Amino acid sequence: MADLLERRPTARAKEVTRRRRWGRPGTWIAAAVFGFFFVNLAGVVGVPLADSFGTRWFTTWLPEGWTTKWYGAAWREFSLGQVFWTTALVSVLVVAVSVLIGVPAAYALARRSFPGKKLVLLLFLLPILVPPLTYGIPLATVLYKFHLAGTLTGVVLANLVPSVPFVVLTMTPFIEQIDPRIEAAARMCGARTGSVLLRVLTPLLVPGILAASVLVLVRTVGMFELTFLTAGPDSQTLVVALYYAVFSAGIRTQQSIDAMAVMYTLSMLVLLVIALRFVNPTQLVTRVKEEHTHP
Amino acid sequence: MDRTLLLAAPGVAFLLLLFCYPFGYGLGLSFQPKDGGGALANYRRFFDDPYLRETIWITLKLAVPAALVNCLAAVPVAFRTRGPFRGRRLITTLLVMPITLGTVLTAQGLLGYLGPNGWLNKALRGIGLIDQPLELVHNYWGVLASLIITGFPFAYLLTLSYLTGIDPSLEQAAATLGARRAQRFRYVLLPLLAPGLAITFCLSFVLAFAVFPSAQLVGDPRGETHVISIEAYQAAFQKFDYALGSAIAMVMAAVMLAVVLLVLGWRSLLYRGATGGKG
Repeated sequence: MADLLERRPTARAKEVTRRRRWGRPGTWIAAAVFGFFFVNLAGVVGVPLADSFGTRWFTTWLPEGWTTKWYGAAWREFSLGQVFWTTALVSVLVVAVSVLIGVPAAYALARRSFPGKKLVLLLFLLPILVPPLTYGIPLATVLYKFHLAGTLTGVVLANLVPSVPFVVLTMTPFIEQIDPRIEAAARMCGARTGSVLLRVLTPLLVPGILAASVLVLVRTVGMFELTFLTAGPDSQTLVVALYYAVFSAGIRTQQSIDAMAVMYTLSMLVLLVIALRFVNPTQLVTRVKEEHTHP
Repeated sequence: MDRTLLLAAPGVAFLLLLFCYPFGYGLGLSFQPKDGGGALANYRRFFDDPYLRETIWITLKLAVPAALVNCLAAVPVAFRTRGPFRGRRLITTLLVMPITLGTVLTAQGLLGYLGPNGWLNKALRGIGLIDQPLELVHNYWGVLASLIITGFPFAYLLTLSYLTGIDPSLEQAAATLGARRAQRFRYVLLPLLAPGLAITFCLSFVLAFAVFPSAQLVGDPRGETHVISIEAYQAAFQKFDYALGSAIAMVMAAVMLAVVLLVLGWRSLLYRGATGGKG
């Protein structure tokens, strides 16, 4: 079956598929949605980008002149070195801990059924279904009570609350699709639990773990609400520092805020591009199948 | 005792400690009003004051359309980009890119792009479609646009991963049996995709319902986009009335769970049966 699908099409067949593809109504709808989305997205990204490189900009199409001075100004003014360090530290810690806690839990949920499993699944579903601000307010209140809010630990703990369930819920279907007979076969051949985990399961799980980590990383760097509610002055991540920069405006120039926003977007973009080189988040499920059919 | 089950213990313990306990603490706190007046005083205060009560409708009016638009737009795009074709990676990256923008850049961009002197109004006036600039920022539309831009990538990624999770041989079987493309979509793919779509809608709705920074930055936080999260935040961390803040947070959670249960309940009424692997 797979061989039939994978067979390389001839030039003529390609031409026919292309014509057929443009004959589909779905293609036109998709092209329209994509075009509309992309034009507006370009506008939304273009304005701050142009502004951050511009000298003065009032009602013309583009700024009057070009300069890069706002980037240096923003770096010094908002002490971005410290902010970037905090952001990196928080996100790496959140990814590491959520994978360490989440993947074993996902394995247990995927492989075993037990009384009260639905309740446990609900427990993992709720932090994702409830908006962060809803549980963030009581959570921040509790963290303040234990003097953890305002510290890096508090920020990491708060960010773990949606991340652990996220890892569990993305990894559970992934693990379910791995044939349990592979593990059984390894055990039959005399592998101990340790080597089943290390040499059989882990290589199969790596694509899923990478995808889940990437998504958690992007979520954490971009997570505004929870960090905003629990961060103190020296535990702000970039996204929260940006928000405060806008709100405590006044003397701050619009351009240096835009420059900071562009820096945030650039760093997120780098993360995303790196991520997409290593793992295709859209193929969480099919990858496993491909590996099975093409050993 | 099955030792595999112990693997789930740290995750469960973590959530009990940092999710359930604070939630219960907040729920308890919401029944202990700061100024006295009985256990329900905070809730009575919220529902008696039209300015506070209205925040529920304002938030729903923003979140439901945003989630609907995102889901409906995600389906055709996901369908089109599920198979391999040249430039697929580039297009997928572009579609997912808004995740990287963050609320502040989106807000700054929307203020500039949709503003009275922004590129959109300039272009529309340039081609003679409108005489007066459209008012698109510092009101409802700015916030809705921000929600759609930030929410679409998530809806798209989820839909795509549900769609690629459907076994292609089912569609091939339908084609072999003579089903046309529309029939294959309606009778094979859509029922298999429905659970995924319901979950996608719920997650998009939840993302949009928690709108907070964009309502402040591109909206009209004292009027048209006075959303419930602004009120909860102000009560808890600006007026330091944690009890009222928790009460509003509980109202938020209740409204949101009601919508999610409604959607999932509706889904299971419409369709019962095996789902495509996930669901």
